[in-house]
Amino acid sequence: MNRAARYTRLAGLEPLVLTPELNFVNIGERTNVTGSAQFRKLIKEGRYEEAVEVARQQVASGAQMLDVNMDEGLIDAEAAMTRFLNLIAAEPDIARVPIMVDSSKWSVIEAGLRCLQGKGVVNSISLKEGEAAFLEQARKVLAYGAAVVVMAFDEHGQADTKARKVEICTRAYRLLTERVDFPPEDIIFDPNVFAIATGIEEHNRYAVDFIEAAREIKATLPHCHVSGGVSNVSFSFRGNETVRQAIHSVFLYHAIKAGMDMGIVNAGALPIYDDLDPELRERVEDVVLDRRPDATERLLEIAARYKAGSRDAGLAAREKQAWRDQPVAERLTYALVHGIDEFVEADTEEARRQFARPLEVIEGPLMAGMNVVGDLFGAGKMFLPQVVKSARVMKKAVAYLIPFIEEEKARSGEVHKSNGKIVLATVKGDVHDIGKNIVGVVLRCNNFEVIDLGVMVPAQKILDTARAERADMIGLSGLITPSLDEMSHIAREMQRQRFALPLLIGGATTSRAHTALKIEPHYAAPTVWVKDASRAVGVAQTLVSKDLVDDFLARVRAEYAEIRERHKDRGPAKRLVSLEQARAHGFGGNWETYTPPAPNRPGLTVFDDYPLAELVERIDWTPFFATWELSGRHPQILDDAVVGAQARELFRDANDMLARIVAEKWLTAKGVIGFWPAARVGDDVEVFSPLPSGEGLAADRRLAKAEPSPAPSGHPLPAGEGKARFHFLRQQADKPPGRPDFCLADFIAPQDSGVRDWIGAFAVTAGLGIEAKLAEFERAHDDYSAILLKALADRLAEAFAERLHERVRKEFWGYAADEALSNEELIAERYRGIRPAPGYPACPDHTEKATLFALLDATRHTGIRLTESYAMYPAAAVCGWYFSHPDSQYFVVGRISREQVEEYAKRKKWTLPEAERWLAPILDYDPE
Amino acid sequence: MNALPWLDPARVERLTEALARRILVLDGAMGTMLQSYKLDETGYRGARFAEGRDAHAGHAHHGPGCDLKGNNDLLTLTQPDIIRAVHRAYLDAGADLIETNTFNATAISQADYHLEHLVYELNREGARLARACCAEVEAAMPGQPRFAVGVLGPTSRTASISPDVNNPGFRNVSFAELAAAYAEAARGLLDGGADALMIETVFDTLNAKAAVFAIGEEFARRGGRVPVMISGTITDRSGRTLSGQTVEAFYYSLRHARPLAVGLNCALGASELRPYVDALAQVAECHVSVHPNAGLPNAFGEYDETPEQMAATIGEFAASGWVNLVGGCCGTTPAHIRAIAAAVRDVPPRTLPGTGAAAA
Repeated sequence: MNRAARYTRLAGLEPLVLTPELNFVNIGERTNVTGSAQFRKLIKEGRYEEAVEVARQQVASGAQMLDVNMDEGLIDAEAAMTRFLNLIAAEPDIARVPIMVDSSKWSVIEAGLRCLQGKGVVNSISLKEGEAAFLEQARKVLAYGAAVVVMAFDEHGQADTKARKVEICTRAYRLLTERVDFPPEDIIFDPNVFAIATGIEEHNRYAVDFIEAAREIKATLPHCHVSGGVSNVSFSFRGNETVRQAIHSVFLYHAIKAGMDMGIVNAGALPIYDDLDPELRERVEDVVLDRRPDATERLLEIAARYKAGSRDAGLAAREKQAWRDQPVAERLTYALVHGIDEFVEADTEEARRQFARPLEVIEGPLMAGMNVVGDLFGAGKMFLPQVVKSARVMKKAVAYLIPFIEEEKARSGEVHKSNGKIVLATVKGDVHDIGKNIVGVVLRCNNFEVIDLGVMVPAQKILDTARAERADMIGLSGLITPSLDEMSHIAREMQRQRFALPLLIGGATTSRAHTALKIEPHYAAPTVWVKDASRAVGVAQTLVSKDLVDDFLARVRAEYAEIRERHKDRGPAKRLVSLEQARAHGFGGNWETYTPPAPNRPGLTVFDDYPLAELVERIDWTPFFATWELSGRHPQILDDAVVGAQARELFRDANDMLARIVAEKWLTAKGVIGFWPAARVGDDVEVFSPLPSGEGLAADRRLAKAEPSPAPSGHPLPAGEGKARFHFLRQQADKPPGRPDFCLADFIAPQDSGVRDWIGAFAVTAGLGIEAKLAEFERAHDDYSAILLKALADRLAEAFAERLHERVRKEFWGYAADEALSNEELIAERYRGIRPAPGYPACPDHTEKATLFALLDATRHTGIRLTESYAMYPAAAVCGWYFSHPDSQYFVVGRISREQVEEYAKRKKWTLPEAERWLAPILDYDPE
Repeated sequence: MNALPWLDPARVERLTEALARRILVLDGAMGTMLQSYKLDETGYRGARFAEGRDAHAGHAHHGPGCDLKGNNDLLTLTQPDIIRAVHRAYLDAGADLIETNTFNATAISQADYHLEHLVYELNREGARLARACCAEVEAAMPGQPRFAVGVLGPTSRTASISPDVNNPGFRNVSFAELAAAYAEAARGLLDGGADALMIETVFDTLNAKAAVFAIGEEFARRGGRVPVMISGTITDRSGRTLSGQTVEAFYYSLRHARPLAVGLNCALGASELRPYVDALAQVAECHVSVHPNAGLPNAFGEYDETPEQMAATIGEFAASGWVNLVGGCCGTTPAHIRAIAAAVRDVPPRTLPGTGAAAA
């Protein structure tokens, strides 16, 4: 930063610092009812949504600031200003620029200023009403925190000559800086742009007077700016847009050289000075610079030639489709950036015919377009769902070209050169691949060749593929904690088999610390943890860049070494208590006074084909947006200043697809629940068969018809061995009195208490049948829809679990028959009882799913299978237990001591190393 | 407003003199400390509100009343000893500046408890209490001046974000309403003797602009001013405020307050705030402050970054030359402040760019 410089610092959502390098700031003029008939019509008719589109169009075509003016006799300007500014504040792609509040009425200006969170500009104040009013308004502008446009207007009228313009501006400057301490860099003079070539001789010098005044003002009044409403100058040629734009272009060319550094212009329409027809430019220049007495006549002579159809009210629609008139390369870029696949095949074909070889279309316009996408994404100006849509356009274009490229290759033998080749895989035992797929898409967008091996990929297959394909790097992904161990294993294998490829690690449970401690030390070649899809491109590009890779790796290695150092000296940050102490400190349960409820429907209940429509309304959307790296809570995210627009679009796409999932039955949801008598034995829970009266299978249909059976009056306390046993882990944190060290077993009555208690369990999926649809999307090169479908299936499975839990509380267990909670309250877990899942914080051991599945006979009833790492397939599945105790709650087991691991190993009939492997993420000690 | 003289030039001089010499330490979380007292409804009500209504107010506040538990600002009146103890604990830990217990003491936030009529009193007493604690500690350790910073919180509403997804142009609070609420709070803080005012946890810059506007009018009414500090909140790792601004845009939008300090607090832990503190330090012409949370909340919404971890990160900010004031927000305790104070003790403060115009 140049610390001494007094630059004007404006802001919308993003800063706009007026440095000399900016040269000239375009202020969008079309959101002005006095200057745009179309905008006036929209506001008068209350069509604000379309009016907002005009603003968006202005910013999209390069306006760095927006001038908003509502001064029209039939419009309530204060109300219209407030409403319009509030609306565009909700549009991040508009609100990023500063606003210029334009009105001749102070009350309207003040109404506008009260809506601006950024630093805007007041347009305008003047000495028209004398010094007192001028200074009072200036003080207010300061208090609201805005810059100001000062018109060259005083008690005697508007300045038309250079001398008057300079005199008034100088006086205003002195008053502002000396009397109200107004920062000079926040003063913008508008020395009045008047119409030229009107036929009146005195008007001929107006442009020259402006230009010369600008020169003098900039030279004598430090730090200030000069602006003006450019379109005024060409007013006498209204109806002839070509000539008007030529006049604007020439006028600006000279005025900017003289020091004008801001202007209200139609940024999208301005031709480039050098591109003007030379004859037209010369005659326009004669007029603007007042170079000959017959200049106006000479311009009029040729003006008619340039007269085209006038700009009409259909302007917005035309501008919207205007990109279709661009050259094909620009059209492709536009389609890629905006994710529009409607015309992509036709445009690709047109480009193909222009280039000598089909490959050049990819390497030329398509890559150029994807680079724009990459830059915008990197700069945080595009979000993940948009990038995935861009990738869909790219993929379709490439798919179109492939037959031509093959043909070409057969002829010449040449191949396309990519940035690099990466083998991606979700590791053995894990089925979660949404994140990995997004990384694949993003990398492909950036010209990497991606070989995606899918899910549950054994180590050797990954390594063999990398070798056979001569890959440049390998990327591993996984979601469940056992995958962490598999990743360490792959790193060891890579070392043993003398690989030297960089290894990238990603996925929700991975972390920089885990990578530094458990993966990198096993592999000598570069190992890098990649936080999310947004970072993947940067890391991959750095790894293949000769210039950057060494520095980057040195930094990563140093960082990981430091993490290991820190870990080594970590010491006992929070000391654990002994298992005995933790148990003594356990949750009591109040079994003396509390009687657990018996379920209405003991044994198993199967849901063979659960209606999807019932699940849609139960969806918790917040994690869905997180999948797409859009952070924020639903529904607030839909209105988020930054990601709101993108979130709304994604939300719309998701709901459209949901409607089809339900209507066309893309997915089938199946589930099974069960309740059994249970008793706590230490930190285990022993499960017994229900009495014959409740035994067996109750099909959902039958149940729905049947009267709820009266609650069994209880069962005799079971004796001896049960049918299964669940093993749970206990917190060992050193907690103050009154805050127990929890274990899930605590929520079940102990065997020796004499109290009869029950435990429930469930397994549900909403992902059956997904493969067919995914294959269809794959054939259509539509990653966006494929990822969307997987994310929605996940949400439906969660919603299914949530819905069943509710029905369990109300009907099947029935202890909360009159519960009445909204979906928000359900998501906030404001109900009695919990449904913890194995592999989650309250029970970090995934292997408990085996017992759970056996009790529920879950694979037979639901089609869900367990992998060797105890991930569920289909991935859109949830399983867990039901606990009914009123004080049952979710908790995090946290770190556990070697003592507990040894004891747990005995209970699970594991060796100590086995236990340490499955519990690796929560060990409080280093087993190695 | 900027041409106005200081209301208490001697205090301001001590403050700016201290800022020129070293990195000053702000206090830590009030809420976290209050939670540890585990007050119940009766505790919150104290004697004055035992009936569920204000025994000091006349007829206007009859009726069933409403639960007051959780209204931490009310404790200034009902449990002043607890508030005093928290202030003392932070001063003892080495805080140079303590923040008044007035985060929610505006008519907009107190409306949730039907206690709008207490706003002026909450602010005045909050400032008085903090100022008295500072005076006591200063008397015992004259070498280190201590300052009471009057806190103006964000309120529970946002002036530039619609609460209704389907109606993006809607607002449930106006600039004028916010300005009026802030003016009332500022009057109380100034009457109670606050050495400075801090508009903090700014997640919507327009709310803060209303506060700046209100403070300016209040200063003009008094013919004098106190230093103003502003601290924004980056809500997530997008690096934006809740209302969508970048750090630079945030600063430029509030620079007209000519603040003594601008900074960041809350929502993120120190290490997540790092790039934004850096960005702010690059553009701010005034002092820079940072008081992060003790890490990101865990699954229970608790903060568990240790004093050592947090102090290490903040020590790095200091060593990078980015900060003039450091402290803690949610989840921090006197132990955190003690560690932070130790980490920055021998590190020179960030130097202000250009001339000394910042604090003018």
